[in-house]
Amino acid sequence: MLVMQSLTQRLANPSNFMALSARLLPWCWVVAAGLIGSGLYLAFFGSPPDYQQGQTVKIMYIHVPAAWLSMLIYTLIALSSFGLLVFRHPLADVSAKAAAPLGATFTFLALATGSLWGKPMWGTFWVWDPRLTSVLILLFLYLGLIALRSSIEDEALAAKLTAVLSLVGIAILPVIKFSVEWNSLHQPASVMRLGAPTIHASLLWPLFVMALGMTVLFTALQLKAMRNEILRRRVKALRRIAATSAADLSQQPAE
Amino acid sequence: MELGPHAVYIWSAYGVVVVTLAALIGWLVADGRRQQRLIEEIEARGLGGTRSRR
Repeated sequence: MLVMQSLTQRLANPSNFMALSARLLPWCWVVAAGLIGSGLYLAFFGSPPDYQQGQTVKIMYIHVPAAWLSMLIYTLIALSSFGLLVFRHPLADVSAKAAAPLGATFTFLALATGSLWGKPMWGTFWVWDPRLTSVLILLFLYLGLIALRSSIEDEALAAKLTAVLSLVGIAILPVIKFSVEWNSLHQPASVMRLGAPTIHASLLWPLFVMALGMTVLFTALQLKAMRNEILRRRVKALRRIAATSAADLSQQPAE
Repeated sequence: MELGPHAVYIWSAYGVVVVTLAALIGWLVADGRRQQRLIEEIEARGLGGTRSRR
């Protein structure tokens, strides 16, 4: 706990974060590429077809990690928002802002790959099922966070309002989690559940490696997006200083 | 590799993921370079250079 507190305090300085992330990023890209490459090899050459779904189960290896990440990223945004509103951590808003487009992307991927899995299995690309609909609402929530922030010019106000919306929106996560039990066409949880996973180890291992690889990939994307946001804020600060200097000069009486 | 009668759905799903993630990574890299270039331009003009002059 103390180590975490010390780390978050040290990272409160954007310069420390930039230095640390510059060292971490190359490793994240390499580890993500290695894990995803291994996961794809295991998925296509090391795992059997499903006894019911045949080879379409291959879609699971990208669909499930994308779906997990869509919820994980929203949790990160909510935690960052809490950090901004309660602790006023300088990097909390940077983290929340950087994560929103990434969350929207992974949610879109979960919906798109789920739809392409649904067509051969259910006979339709889309159905207004509780799971699918709640994930679609999550996508709209991500888009809403992005739109709200970009519609307000005052950055501090935009950060606070976006943080409040993201904390309210966290109610969608338990809805998504339990929606498969509400007369849903979607299959029930087979990995993240009370008790042992119901999925066979030969399918579970490639899924686990892919999920880990995609999570490390998200970590790299998040670090990169946060670095970009810090640079963007630095550009704005430099322009503000330039504008103030120019105004000061113009007010000085000519000698 | 034989992916059966639903191969088109499997390849389409992987295709969507590859194209979307490649676009996302490309956008992030381009955005980072753009911000870095803007900082260098401002500092090169001596604007906002109070920090570097100190």
